[in-house]
Amino acid sequence: MNRLAYLVVIGIALPAFAQDARKSGFDFMGPDTQAMQKDDLANPGMLSVLEGEALWKANAGTSQKSCASCHDDATQSIKGVAARYPAFDETTQAPLDLAGRIIQCRTERQGAPAPQREGRELLALTSYVAHQSRDLPIAPPKDARLASTRAQGAALYSTRMGQLNFSCAQCHDDNAGGHLGAAPIPQAHPTGYPLYRLEWQALGSLQRRFRNCLSGMRAEPIAAGSKEAIALELFLMERAAGIHLETPAVRP
Amino acid sequence: MARALINVPQKSKRGEIIEIKTLMSHPMETGFRPGMDGQLIPRDIIEKFVCTYNGEVVFSAQLHPAITANPFISFTTIATDSGTLVFSWTDNKGETQVQTASIQVE
Repeated sequence: MNRLAYLVVIGIALPAFAQDARKSGFDFMGPDTQAMQKDDLANPGMLSVLEGEALWKANAGTSQKSCASCHDDATQSIKGVAARYPAFDETTQAPLDLAGRIIQCRTERQGAPAPQREGRELLALTSYVAHQSRDLPIAPPKDARLASTRAQGAALYSTRMGQLNFSCAQCHDDNAGGHLGAAPIPQAHPTGYPLYRLEWQALGSLQRRFRNCLSGMRAEPIAAGSKEAIALELFLMERAAGIHLETPAVRP
Repeated sequence: MARALINVPQKSKRGEIIEIKTLMSHPMETGFRPGMDGQLIPRDIIEKFVCTYNGEVVFSAQLHPAITANPFISFTTIATDSGTLVFSWTDNKGETQVQTASIQVE
């Protein structure tokens, strides 16, 4: 029992200690990329946010309602929402990410065709919604029903996979702050998604980033919106709890 | 085409050098990349950018396939008179997107 108590104490003490060492990917970027992100009139991600704003106000689907018809002014009504996702969805009884929630709203409440994952429309809406939570701390829900999926994500994060036999943790925990080729290795805190990657020449989701990393590891990429992707996102958001969101971020 | 972000100082003193920044939403597809089906994706780029200040061209640029998606163009000019700046981006299909901004010179 004593040993168990000891472990519990470490479990509480470690996150508090780690908090100081945690950094957003922003802190690993060069001054040029940081300047591009900070200036809303130079940040190319803002183009998607603007497009999302227009979509938010436009009527869609058979209901002929816009997002704003129900949610009204996004700057007030959905402030902080992105900081809480993925969350547990009552209708499907499963964890749901922010993009998934938007698809659900689009199809079930607006009667519109389901926007394609990673498509322009969904990325624009997601970035607009997430942008409303900029500068707010990531606040994962304390819902107990998420625990098992989050544990699954944690396991995935530290599982070696692919032909190169790497795990996420080997780079992002053990070698964060170092370099992979010329690219800095950040601590993998999902603070700015959807974000604009100069390499992609476009805005992309966190799940696209997963696929990017996984194919680099020569592992089988996980599909967008799949259970594994949401599990990993749940774990990463928990791991980044308290760090401020910065959507749309710019990364090289 | 899509939308643009333009940063022009709203007010300026006569004779002052002002910086103008523009960010245009555009894929800038080179025409050299194969798509998922192995066929080349047709070229879709902005070829010409022009800025006029009260009708006079103060800056223009020709763009080529190696230029990034969502091109960011920044330049300076001298604030001479109050008026309008007209920005136009023309793509290789000949379509032009125009945006305007106004400036007050004291």
